[in-house]
Amino acid sequence: MKRSKMMEFGVGLFMLAGIVGIIFLGVSVSGLTVGGGKDTYTLQANFANIGGLKSQARVTMAGVTVGRVENIELDTEWYDARVTLALDSRLEDQLSRDTTASILTSGLLGEQYIGLSVGGDPDTLADGDTITDTQSALVLEQLIQQFVANMATD
Amino acid sequence: MMTRITRLGRHGCDLVEALGRAGMFLGQSLVGRPSVEGFKLWLRQMHFIGVLSLAIVLVSGLFIGMVLALQGFTILVDFGAEDALGQMVSLSLLRELAPVVAALLFAGRAGSALTAEIGLMKATEQLSSMEMIGVDPLKRVVAPRLWAGFVSLPLLTVGFSVIGIWGGHLVGVEWLGVYEGSYWGNMQSSVDFVDDIGNGMLKSLVFALVVTWIAVFQGYDLVPTSEGISRATTRTVVYSSLAVLGLDFVLTALMFGELG
Repeated sequence: MKRSKMMEFGVGLFMLAGIVGIIFLGVSVSGLTVGGGKDTYTLQANFANIGGLKSQARVTMAGVTVGRVENIELDTEWYDARVTLALDSRLEDQLSRDTTASILTSGLLGEQYIGLSVGGDPDTLADGDTITDTQSALVLEQLIQQFVANMATD
Repeated sequence: MMTRITRLGRHGCDLVEALGRAGMFLGQSLVGRPSVEGFKLWLRQMHFIGVLSLAIVLVSGLFIGMVLALQGFTILVDFGAEDALGQMVSLSLLRELAPVVAALLFAGRAGSALTAEIGLMKATEQLSSMEMIGVDPLKRVVAPRLWAGFVSLPLLTVGFSVIGIWGGHLVGVEWLGVYEGSYWGNMQSSVDFVDDIGNGMLKSLVFALVVTWIAVFQGYDLVPTSEGISRATTRTVVYSSLAVLGLDFVLTALMFGELG
């Protein structure tokens, strides 16, 4: 009897440890935040070239992450890339209409992300609006081509 | 020539037959109402298969995490990217090493024991005596072992990952001097709960099914002699290791490859 109680306790402890382990992995390793997703609102932005930008990439403002890239698709009207951004809802109706979105690279070979910088327009962007002032990704090959072409004309 | 062809055909038929037996065996053992009696039997097996495997799994996890950190550091430091150590250690553990190595250890530690135990029961005709007195050995002997295996291995995998990441921290941060904030911070920004941890757990669940199934079936299906038991035990370890490694490739291609 005593032995079987010990065994039950051991198995219980084992399963409890497994559950604690999963919680540890969730919270501490994957940085899962309890309480579901934060409220977001969406903005659109068209880029001539998105380079290596992927969906779920960060959207930052002054280096602080304020949202994620939700969706990337080809705009068949203009044949450029239409990027949907999901931003923290605290920024809704706060960003000026002439906010610029540019595709930046973290480090020399790092992942690409979108940097926002506010302008001075008193009008603000509401949910679903489009950011008109955008800057495409820096494509290294094009840069080198330009550089070579300039060298040739000199 | 003719006899060779006949033999080949017979081998083929035997293989298909064994597969069929294994499938029916699994189905018959798992179907059934849960009962208090069954729960107690399951608990006993959980203790043997799960709790007693914990030590070997945790010690291996610790060493693998430490080695990963050490190896990763020497490579990453050349590129000045030692801040990415946490990300490297955690992703390789969660996605790949924890499910696979835990399953291999599990096959060696628990799988072989299951085969030998059930095999000996068969050789000493305990299984047929059970049938004689009206107790279904599939329900009484096999089912609790199967369920215990299915539950234990994912839990052991979690333990492996946790202690491995801690081992990586021990070597990377405490010993080699990677900044602690970047170890955890880079890890948190790159590990996704569903994609990495969830898929790793899914892998480990599949491995648990396969390894336990192979182990128990080999025990149940062996030739009831001492030689038969030794052969079946060897087969359990060989088959389950091969199955784990092969399935791992398939699952990885489905989960992390660009196929999905």
